[in-house]
Amino acid sequence: MAAIGFHDSDLLDLQRRLVILRVGLLLVVGLLALRLWHLQIREGPYYRDLSENNRTRSVVLEPARGLIFDRNGVLLANNVPSFALYVTLEDVKDRQGLVAQLASLLNLDPDLIQKKLSTGKGGKLQPRKVKDRLTLREATLIESHRLDLPGVMIQVESQRNYPGGVVAAHLLGYVGEVSADQLEKADFADLHQGSIVGQYGVEKWFDRQVRGRAGQKSVEVDALGHEKRAVVSDKPEAGDDLYLTIDAHLQKIAEDLLGDESGAIVALDPTTGDVLAMASRPGFDPNMLSKELSNKQWVEIVQNERRPLNNRATQGQYPPGSTFKVVMAAAALESNTVTPSTMVRCNGGYQFGNRLFRDWKPGGHGSVDMNEALIHSCDVYFYTVGQRMGIDTIAEYAKQFGLGQETGVELPSERVGIVPSTAWKQKARNQPWYPGETISAAIGQGYVTVTPLQMASVISTVANDGVAVKPRLVQAVMNRVTGERAEFPPTIRGKVAVKPATIALIKEALADVVTKGTATRAKSSLVTIGGKTGTAQTTALRTGPEKDIPKKFRDHAWFVAFAPVEAPRIAVAVLAEHMGHGGSAAAPLAKDVIEAYVKAYPQVLRGIPASGRTKSPAPAADTRPRRDD
Amino acid sequence: MIDRVIDSRGLDSFDLRFMGLIAVILSVGVLSIYSVTHSQDTAFPFYLKQLVWILLGTVAFLVMYLSDYHKIARLAYPTYAVILIMLAIVLIMGKSSRGAQRWIPIGPFAFQPSEFAKLVLVLVLANYYSRVTRVGWMHRVVLPGLIVLPGLLLILKQPDLGSGLSFLAVYAAMLLMVGVRSKALGIILLLSVMLFPFVWEMVWASLHDYQRQRVMAFVDPDYDPGGKGYHALQSRIAIGSGELSGKGLYGGTQSQLKFLPEGHTDFVFAVYAEEWGFVGVLVLLALFIALIWVSLEIAARAKDTLGALLAAGIVAMLCFCVVVNIGMTAGMFPIVGIPLPLVSYGGSATIMTMASLGLLLNVKRRRLTLFY
Repeated sequence: MAAIGFHDSDLLDLQRRLVILRVGLLLVVGLLALRLWHLQIREGPYYRDLSENNRTRSVVLEPARGLIFDRNGVLLANNVPSFALYVTLEDVKDRQGLVAQLASLLNLDPDLIQKKLSTGKGGKLQPRKVKDRLTLREATLIESHRLDLPGVMIQVESQRNYPGGVVAAHLLGYVGEVSADQLEKADFADLHQGSIVGQYGVEKWFDRQVRGRAGQKSVEVDALGHEKRAVVSDKPEAGDDLYLTIDAHLQKIAEDLLGDESGAIVALDPTTGDVLAMASRPGFDPNMLSKELSNKQWVEIVQNERRPLNNRATQGQYPPGSTFKVVMAAAALESNTVTPSTMVRCNGGYQFGNRLFRDWKPGGHGSVDMNEALIHSCDVYFYTVGQRMGIDTIAEYAKQFGLGQETGVELPSERVGIVPSTAWKQKARNQPWYPGETISAAIGQGYVTVTPLQMASVISTVANDGVAVKPRLVQAVMNRVTGERAEFPPTIRGKVAVKPATIALIKEALADVVTKGTATRAKSSLVTIGGKTGTAQTTALRTGPEKDIPKKFRDHAWFVAFAPVEAPRIAVAVLAEHMGHGGSAAAPLAKDVIEAYVKAYPQVLRGIPASGRTKSPAPAADTRPRRDD
Repeated sequence: MIDRVIDSRGLDSFDLRFMGLIAVILSVGVLSIYSVTHSQDTAFPFYLKQLVWILLGTVAFLVMYLSDYHKIARLAYPTYAVILIMLAIVLIMGKSSRGAQRWIPIGPFAFQPSEFAKLVLVLVLANYYSRVTRVGWMHRVVLPGLIVLPGLLLILKQPDLGSGLSFLAVYAAMLLMVGVRSKALGIILLLSVMLFPFVWEMVWASLHDYQRQRVMAFVDPDYDPGGKGYHALQSRIAIGSGELSGKGLYGGTQSQLKFLPEGHTDFVFAVYAEEWGFVGVLVLLALFIALIWVSLEIAARAKDTLGALLAAGIVAMLCFCVVVNIGMTAGMFPIVGIPLPLVSYGGSATIMTMASLGLLLNVKRRRLTLFY
């Protein structure tokens, strides 16, 4: 047929062709019907049989969690293969018997096994994870009893492992089975009973990235429920890798410096906000917490009086003591309460009403200006300016420096401390503010509380000439599937409203604190350091010499520092619980951290940022904290 | 003016029969979707969502039914351009599922442009062929082929083999309808045979592993005895075990116990066949034949070329989807991911199919205006 332009006659022609479609359709549908007849009628009984004995079980393949590295690519968290035991109830003939058998083979609590078998979504065909991290011996034992244990399956899974053990435990966190409460939430919708999720630290904060995506395999079992053949129908996808800002070497040094004492050390890069180290002691072994703990073990950890799970750097709230004077100095100068040359006479005490507020130095410091008041940490000077400023001015500047609010670091459950003000007291205590309370607050006592990370952030802001950078723990996330690396740039939080001259004055005074003031023990031959000591009282009852006071009533030692003074590249906050004076107990630790940093990144002495390490570090020294008694 | 005359005329028994058929097939779909997903504990289950799609589909049906199809056809090219842009967007930022990017997320839902592309292609080609006056294979084959090509390539790049094949099917059906010279047909066939290895290489290279495995599992079931043909096998077991009268509603063990993946979408026919048996299958096939028969009637009696081509193109698309979907569930074709029209769960597909049927009925309505 010749194709021509369309006319009405063509229309008829076209309509004739529809007949071809009709015939074709009938032919094809006829073929379909024939095929279905073949499947359903001729082979129907065969397929019916197959469906009734369909012994295919679909098993979830757990994804490997993303790896976690430090800033130099040192591995902090990886995965190792481990055995997990699954039970498919459909294939279990005698449930009680199986529970008893597993309990005796694995030395488990029968009630726990029962609980595992009865929780979780899905029907009897959904295999339930009963125990993971089986030892090789246990796995072999189960395998050798395989014929007596229908419905039991051993799977090789990847298990979280922290090669450094306790190092950076609070930062990394740990993982654990998703809880029933968590499963209810949208964030965990794609998970199921037995899924492993981050429960603490960056493992929790970045869980969605690190988690990965589960896959599936179909396992064919025989009539007795024994595995015959397995087919992976959907491969699991590994989670994203995290690159932290911390330097594992520096982290280890900081943790070893604290040793067996309680406390925290935070080191930040003032220009980028990078958390270079964040130590908290006592610590824990995340490898142990990532296992399934018995109730008793769990209670032991949670109820431990020294609270090892507490990340003191972000969750410990302490009075800042004299380190608060850094904020006070900025507030006093900026609010024009004093000038740098205003003199205050210190006789060793400050009389307010019928109460005498003592200076830490009996007899006093004589007449001091701002510079001297900071160098020698004169309490009376700050009592006086605090009283002149009033609590609300103090609060305003404290907030500007980031106190009383989250620093925004990527860790769960960060605490914010307290910046007291008249409004705060009315709201929190339903009481008016008493002027006498301003005097305690002026030296970082009374209601004022801060976290070590907040103090590190304050000193970091001073070191960075008033520009506050949000502390960050993660530099980059790398997608394991695509290989794409997403960098997280530093976030400038803002600039405090403090004149450059004021910042310069404070920095100069803080340098003098180390060279000739209260923190001479932080003086280093390697690098210039500026800092401020603090001694936070924990109780008002202070009688007799320090060593006669029971340890739990002793003062907390603080030291905040930055270095090098000319172009600061590291800011450190040290808090040592119940260790007494900041100058003797905390300052040397800060010095050691700074020196270790300078040794690892000598370019910072020449004002070059420490993007990567230039030489390999010496093995971490087993440095014990210095005690000062 | 004519419009007003028609609007007052109301529906005749033919229209009611046509809509009735659609309603019955839609109900079969909702019932099967309900059966296979009712045990899932979600706030907004699939069958309810499907009802929402059907509601939206009814709106689309009415819009397409009530406007003049000549006016709709005039919008064919701009609409095609919009669809091409959306297909490009999908490639860039689409939501990925099983390694293919087919959806544009809109709030909680996902919009699949490749479904709508099928209908738009029918419009474009019908519009083209109804206007072209020049003869020769250049104007009858090559130029329209160039219109099809960008859409086809964008869809294959996703890769969405099913929609790509539907695209080719619509093009082929149109060629058949406009009556290409046998010589030209011969050349096309020859070229196709010669080009096949190259195209195959290109398509094969663009396929994802899971698609290659599906194709291989079909071409050679022993290719992987471990059973990458799992999907196809489970589907065959589901259908076959339905036997003559089926296992009854909710009785389909294959689908209820989740041996059969995608039971509410591409494999909904297997669920239906398992629960209603060969008897049910024959009923559903009869329903589809009736719908297509009536649609062909509309095409045959269209008052002009545009109407006839539109109707023929839509019928061809419908036929293709029905045959390929049932064929793949029954293990006759490789699994390519084409939903069963009006039955499978899916927003874009349901709305698009109902819009197409509205357009069909529109063609029939305009035909009658000549005689009144």
